Amino acid sequence: MKILVCISNVPDTTTKITFTGDNTEFNTAGVQYIVNPYDEIALSRAIELAEDGKGTVTVINVGEAATDPTIRKALAIGADDAVRINAAPRDAYFVATQIAEYAKSNEFDIILCGRESIDYNGSQVAAMVGELLDIPSISIIKKLDYDGSTATIEREIEGGKEVVSVTGKFVASCAEGTAEAKIPNMRGIMSARTKPLQVVEAVAVEEVGKISKFETPAPRGSVKLIPAESAEELIGLLHSEAKVI
Amino acid sequence: MSVLVYVEQVEGKFKKSVFEAVSYAKAIADQQGTSLSAISIGNVADTELNELGKYGASKVLKVEADQLKNFINQAYASVIAEAAKKEGANIVVLSNSFSGKGLAPRVAVKLKAGLVDGAVELPTTDGGFSVKKTAFSGKAFAVATLTSENKVIALNPNAFGVKENAASIAIETFNPEVKASDLTAIVKEIVRATNKVSLPDAEVVVSGGRGLKGPENWGMVEELADLLGAATACSKPVSDADWRPHSEHVGQTGIAISPNLYIAIGISGAIQHLAGVSSSKVIVVINKDPEAPFFKVADYGIVGDAFEVVPKIIAALKAHKA
Repeated sequence: MKILVCISNVPDTTTKITFTGDNTEFNTAGVQYIVNPYDEIALSRAIELAEDGKGTVTVINVGEAATDPTIRKALAIGADDAVRINAAPRDAYFVATQIAEYAKSNEFDIILCGRESIDYNGSQVAAMVGELLDIPSISIIKKLDYDGSTATIEREIEGGKEVVSVTGKFVASCAEGTAEAKIPNMRGIMSARTKPLQVVEAVAVEEVGKISKFETPAPRGSVKLIPAESAEELIGLLHSEAKVI
Repeated sequence: MSVLVYVEQVEGKFKKSVFEAVSYAKAIADQQGTSLSAISIGNVADTELNELGKYGASKVLKVEADQLKNFINQAYASVIAEAAKKEGANIVVLSNSFSGKGLAPRVAVKLKAGLVDGAVELPTTDGGFSVKKTAFSGKAFAVATLTSENKVIALNPNAFGVKENAASIAIETFNPEVKASDLTAIVKEIVRATNKVSLPDAEVVVSGGRGLKGPENWGMVEELADLLGAATACSKPVSDADWRPHSEHVGQTGIAISPNLYIAIGISGAIQHLAGVSSSKVIVVINKDPEAPFFKVADYGIVGDAFEVVPKIIAALKAHKA
């Protein structure tokens, strides 16, 4: 069994988000980068499945050389090898095309992604890869079992879950619940240094759009404090002042 | 040229988020000087389909093939792309629901379209077709400028609102061919709590954090939520400790929400949590620590013990409703 896990290099969750160049570019000064937290969940489930079924886990990232430390982190968590498609990840369609191209020439049984990246929040890559490869894609899953040919998957729906069965190759994007994110141990960190990391040149992709500008949310007004002794006043304020109940 | 909106049905009914998507798509159609068609897949009664006319759809294509009764994104994407071609639609709108997130990217690839997901405003058309969307999990917005001829937009729930704009609507049966290879995923079971408000759709959300000390103390959170017709939510430490299910976790690595009212009880307001809830219209924070960072983004704050404050609020709400 061969599993491909797509990982994004994203700003740490504690990052204060600011922009430069008249709000056209994300300000990367001082930003720590991490493996996208949802991708860690996908990777952790892939490693569990590979242990059970004696398979291999390859991680793929579309990025420039600066993302190598993030890829090494994924290898430390337990992936067997890695591929970096050598290009800036312009948008989801660009990234999905690179991953699909790589997957076409390297047979994978399962392709896993995180449910979304925490920078652009797209939830796009998994379904795009599925479409480009013409195979099923299940988005935002919270459970994945695999018997070697058929996967039983629970996906999130509003107010519940849906259980889907897929036989043959598929792509899925993983949310919390799919697995507990694994933390690399010292042995993993040591061995990650020597695991194979192949660099592949990107294919050309037609541009369909781009981010032209960023905005930061308008600052909120100051808080109106209500004394705890008269907490019941909140209801009147929400009704007549804020008009939300 | 026209605009097509996909109207996701749940057990034969449309939710508010669908009427929002129709209202939004109608506004785009007006911007573009064209008409709005809708595509409905699965069994929906004509009386329900007629509801779409209230929000400006002048036509609805209904697809009722038995094999499409359950949502299979691969097959539904093919049907929507076929409908777009049939209607000559160059803009496709859908709701950014869980199913929508699995559908929109496939439709976009089929139509060679640029995709904006998580849209929060109408497009602007001066100097290119640009749509504002959420980014960095609520910490910022990004404006995406689409240069492709076809465009797909997935609209966030609670971002645009429902706007009545009555049109006379024609219902037309549509029978596109569906490839067997589009139907290999099989829906085995659907489990849906019908008596609860779902979190992403909720207009009011009551959320609890570690300050509530344990899962046994969630009774008052649920009671308050019930009285408000609200969904319940929680912070990351709470779902990590299995006090509450992961599906209730809001924040940067959970669900991002934008309800009209968010009530946070015993949540300090870590930057990751704030990211997921900061686009709520009104925020109420109840916390015993006056230094809790959450107060900085709150509209109303109560510094006090949740176990004393929340019962008072529940009593006041009961009196208000009576």
